[in-house]
Amino acid sequence: MKHLIPQFEAMKTRFPAGFESSLVLPCLRRIQEERGYIADSDIDGLVEYLGVPRIQIEEVLSFYTQFRRKPIGRWHLQVCHNVSCSMRGAEPILDHLARKLGVAPGQTTPDGRFTLSTVECLGSCGTAPVVVVNDTNHENTSIAELDVLLEGLA
Amino acid sequence: MTGTKLLMTFPVTATSHSLADYRARGGYRALEKALAQMKPQDVTHEVIASGLQGRGGAAFPVGRKWATVKLDDGQPHYLCCNADEGEPGTFKDRWILEHAPHLLLESMQIAAYAIGVRHSFVYIRGEFDLPYRRLAGAIEEAYQAGYFGERILGTDFACDVIVYRGAGSYVCGEASGLITSIEGKKGYPRNRPPRLSVRGLYQRPTVVNNVETLANIAGIIAHGADAFRKVGTKTSPGTRLISISGHINRPGVYEIELGYPFARFLREDCGGILGGRPLKAIIPGGVSTKVLTPADIEPLALDHAALEAAGSSLGSGGMIVIAEGTCMVHLLQVMLRFYHHESCGQCTPCRDGMGWLHRIIDRIVAGEGVPEDIERMQAISRANDGTTICGMGDAAGYATVAILDKFRDEFAYAIAHKRSRFDGRLEVSGHA
Repeated sequence: MKHLIPQFEAMKTRFPAGFESSLVLPCLRRIQEERGYIADSDIDGLVEYLGVPRIQIEEVLSFYTQFRRKPIGRWHLQVCHNVSCSMRGAEPILDHLARKLGVAPGQTTPDGRFTLSTVECLGSCGTAPVVVVNDTNHENTSIAELDVLLEGLA
Repeated sequence: MTGTKLLMTFPVTATSHSLADYRARGGYRALEKALAQMKPQDVTHEVIASGLQGRGGAAFPVGRKWATVKLDDGQPHYLCCNADEGEPGTFKDRWILEHAPHLLLESMQIAAYAIGVRHSFVYIRGEFDLPYRRLAGAIEEAYQAGYFGERILGTDFACDVIVYRGAGSYVCGEASGLITSIEGKKGYPRNRPPRLSVRGLYQRPTVVNNVETLANIAGIIAHGADAFRKVGTKTSPGTRLISISGHINRPGVYEIELGYPFARFLREDCGGILGGRPLKAIIPGGVSTKVLTPADIEPLALDHAALEAAGSSLGSGGMIVIAEGTCMVHLLQVMLRFYHHESCGQCTPCRDGMGWLHRIIDRIVAGEGVPEDIERMQAISRANDGTTICGMGDAAGYATVAILDKFRDEFAYAIAHKRSRFDGRLEVSGHA
């Protein structure tokens, strides 16, 4: 993470003085954007750089669902299964993807291509069901559409 | 068709979110007016006079919240815009962030001026991608045009805005959880008192307002409190953005004038129930508000007081329509799985209670329920009432009790017959 410090410094200038602790979440996000997950060495580096207690970073990593401690597949399929999406077909979609990929939610295919996850309400209720593939929302989606989409993802 | 509009007043186009388009619609003139003609206290008084209530769920009077911040206390003050929209069924703030980011930014600058703020924050949920990019782009434009930073519009007023991205925690949408998160910690809510407007972010006076709440400020300052009060009802002035989903023909975000008839909204504006089916139930303001039946809503107007009198709430404006034929047992199972997952774990009644409720409902769905389960679930839910630091525990309990009360026979059937009366169905076909 050391090479990201100039970027962290640029972020720091936007915050008021004394807000170093606030940088924990943005720094972790930036590290994860690059590495795909947070490694032990990243935690060591952040403790040293920000001067915050290690436990604070450990707690943040275990509290927020978006932070990962392990690598995931190249394509992250996130299926919302909250109320509105379930009312518009999310459950059969999740079952289909799990069967097709041969993994349970939370797992990655052995070839490292796909990780399947369930997520809670993403604010796409009016265009439900939604499956997020990496950063892209696929709203009003269907099993047929996802089958076509997945073929194109190497 | 849904009455006067204050926010969704322009056609959405490829450029309608841009600064140029916003200015062409008269944008940033309210900020000019506030800085040139009003003292900070005048702005707060105008907001108090408008009767604007919070749009995030609690409907707290906005001006009264602002007025608790003492302008001359010699401390830094902070403004946090709550864009952590995560209450299931709610997607209205997303509309503002995507289509009217400058309306939010102008309003935030006016609020910052009123409260004596040098640094504002927008706490936006980590899963929002387009809303984040639209907001970040608008902030860039606004800085270049001189609406943020030092010497704004040639005055002594200075204020910066920082976008802070969440990382997937429902409880961070609670104002004090949000503040703890901006401090770079796990998002535990805090006990009140002291209020956040007394001791909030880094122990400094902090105002936390929802996106839609703030978005109303520019209009109130531009046209005055009296004009705002002409819209809506006496006790609930203005409009609400309603995001409607579930078994409805035309889901989406609608702006309704407060006081608009509930049944007419569903039938005429939203095109009625999917497949022309009868309505079974409505969750009116996000899953944490109490479920209503067709008989409940028939005489109701959509305003804060009316929904409260009916024992529920307009909440976050996240309306979920449930058609006849839907299994309420399975629906409650989805809700309880969510609450169990999102409980932050700080308070025992919520941490353990949500786990117990989740396990009991799983058991009922699996055909292993026992008759005492209904009373047991009600008792566990009620144990949350007033015993948790934040409102999530209470609200989850109320929502659970309301579903158990209003659809008790369905739960009793599932327990007695070891199967759902409606085959566990949550989807209904679009054709009758």
